[in-house]
Amino acid sequence: MSPWLVGFSVFFGYPLVMSAYLSFQHYDLLSPPRWVGLANYRYLFTIDPQVWTAVRNTLWLIAVLVPLQVVFAFGIALVLARARSGVGIFRTIFYLPALAPPVAATLGFVYILNPATGPVNTILGHLGIQGPLWFQDPAWSKPSLVILGLWGVGNTMIIFLAAVLDVPRQLYESASLDGAGPLQRLRWVTLPTVSPVILFAVILGVIQGLQYFTQAFVASGVASGQASQAADITSVNLGYPVDSTLFYPVLLYQHGFSDFQLGYASAMAMLLLVVSFAVTLVILFNSRRWVHYAGSPR
Amino acid sequence: MKRVAASAVLLVALVLAVAGAAVGAQGKAKAPTKLTVWVGWSARELSVFKKVVAEYQKAHPEVQLNVLGNFTDDQKIIAAIRAGNAPDVASSFNSYNVGIYCGTGGWIDLGPLMSKAHIAASEFPPATQYYTQYNGKRCALPLLADTYGLYYNKALFKKAGIAGPPKTISELTADAKKLTVRNPDGSLKVVGLDPLIGFYENVPERWAPAFGGQWNDAKGHAILGQSPGWSKWLTWQKSLIDWYGYKNLVKFQAGLGDEFSASNAFEAGKLAMNLDGEWRVAFIQAEHPTLDYGTAPFPVDDTQSSLYGSGYINGTIIGIPRNGKHTAKAWNLVEWLTTNTHALAELSNGLRNVPSTSASTTSKELTPDAHFATFLKIFTNPKSGTSPIMASGQSYTNLVQSFATKWQAGQVKDLAGGLKTLDKQLDAQVTQAKGGGAP
Repeated sequence: MSPWLVGFSVFFGYPLVMSAYLSFQHYDLLSPPRWVGLANYRYLFTIDPQVWTAVRNTLWLIAVLVPLQVVFAFGIALVLARARSGVGIFRTIFYLPALAPPVAATLGFVYILNPATGPVNTILGHLGIQGPLWFQDPAWSKPSLVILGLWGVGNTMIIFLAAVLDVPRQLYESASLDGAGPLQRLRWVTLPTVSPVILFAVILGVIQGLQYFTQAFVASGVASGQASQAADITSVNLGYPVDSTLFYPVLLYQHGFSDFQLGYASAMAMLLLVVSFAVTLVILFNSRRWVHYAGSPR
Repeated sequence: MKRVAASAVLLVALVLAVAGAAVGAQGKAKAPTKLTVWVGWSARELSVFKKVVAEYQKAHPEVQLNVLGNFTDDQKIIAAIRAGNAPDVASSFNSYNVGIYCGTGGWIDLGPLMSKAHIAASEFPPATQYYTQYNGKRCALPLLADTYGLYYNKALFKKAGIAGPPKTISELTADAKKLTVRNPDGSLKVVGLDPLIGFYENVPERWAPAFGGQWNDAKGHAILGQSPGWSKWLTWQKSLIDWYGYKNLVKFQAGLGDEFSASNAFEAGKLAMNLDGEWRVAFIQAEHPTLDYGTAPFPVDDTQSSLYGSGYINGTIIGIPRNGKHTAKAWNLVEWLTTNTHALAELSNGLRNVPSTSASTTSKELTPDAHFATFLKIFTNPKSGTSPIMASGQSYTNLVQSFATKWQAGQVKDLAGGLKTLDKQLDAQVTQAKGGGAP
């Protein structure tokens, strides 16, 4: 048996099959699993009072964060690709946040965006602007997480930068000779050439959005004031404020590892898997209209 | 001659071998049984616990105790039970998961062991009796208790011209407003009382007793929509929040120090009154010994004055995980820790938690403290309440908290309708947790 097959079976195949199996069981970790048929799915789709809030929050995050991340990362890559001096320094500066551990980065953002003592609102106050309550306000908590997400866009930016630098120079020269200006060169040369990378970033962003957990988990616990560090966070404050950061994976975690309803959490995980798969397929199917692969006819 | 010498040598060798075997056997018989104990305490509090346990160790050389601290998360206990390497004795900082431990048999039933040792559940006050069992099965015992009451800043009271602590919700409201100080820009400088759910110790179950809020009927169904205490509490809470301004209060809260630090808002004088547990007495003593403050039972609904003196109770529980190899010896330790008045008094003095048997609350060994004495009285008050023990564990009260946070933020327009829906959701959650699926 090849090592690949062993790894695939142990780390992917077995957990997947077990999750599917447990999703039809009542399993509280301490008693043996007991067959309950579709009861977990029925509870998931028709009763769980928090699940639709979690779905709405997750969809909001994907709809807002993914496009912004792609545009932001692509924009920085374009600027860096044109830089003539200090290229290494700027690339490092923009990439550096991606190296920050998500927990530390989130703690830092909760601190600097603290509405009462944080430097951002203090500066806004000096400018005569009353800053928002950021992570403490249900209307601003998700936008705050989006800002955090944009700050840490370094990985996507580096991939875009490589793709932009890889665009053949002669294509730009030909376009210029045909009278194309900078915007037209961007529209007709750069974008089609890097479109496979954009597709990659979109799919990756959507899957990461569907699995969004760490930042929301830490931010809700620390911003609620009930945890001074990530390790103190309990299920009491997940989703703070007012369930606005209760994302689907956070709720899944709560049911599985705080309420010890692993059968139900497995049903949630199976739904997440199916949705991730379906969304990826839809994007891939749709991409035929806008993704251009070198050597293939458009 | 040679044969005699050889026989003598053989005899000596035999005697030595027998003697050695006997000594070995004796040594083996005396080898103490190793008992592992997991507790949530850490740092100074862990050393207090270890010191008390050392007394037991001294009196019981047949066991060797290995006390490990910082187990604040029930996930670790459950994972260890599943893996078959659970400690001989485990404790949890609260009772929320008693329904899970007892319901699944994760912790063994202590009932037969208690009967054999002639320990009656009535040795513990009613609330602690309730939160250490599920459906009549007692798989845990209380090991100290947390009792909640009102802390008030005497200096700020004097400055505002208030003579003593409020006893009714009307008085509490009036005092809270009187004690509140605003900055010139309208923001809050000092808050009389912060009723926002999610702040420090503010969770619904700790407020409900003051309004007589009931959780369940005799069949275990949720009755928050029928029990007037809940709508009374929520209506009052929202009106006080609106008086401060929701956003004003949230912003004020964001600027406060960590609850378990020297910059705690009450200790720092930014909060004139606060709902808090008895342990705060020790924190104040250690961090702000000059703070001029008082403690009192939490004020109660004006129409239910008989509730005054009661409060919310919860606390550390201790039990024996299943599949243990030394159940009898583990029980001896649990019995001593939870019923021995001397042990409880020592623990209470060191940790400043309430000793958890009725007898130990009057122990002469307890270090006298007027602030702390308030909580001893609340603890033994028969009307004091606790959290419901349900099959769905902490998610039951979490769902109520989720509703309360929506309500206080102004997202619930129909309170009565919202509470009725909440009841249905709670019942469905319990049915699901029992494995019955959707009703």
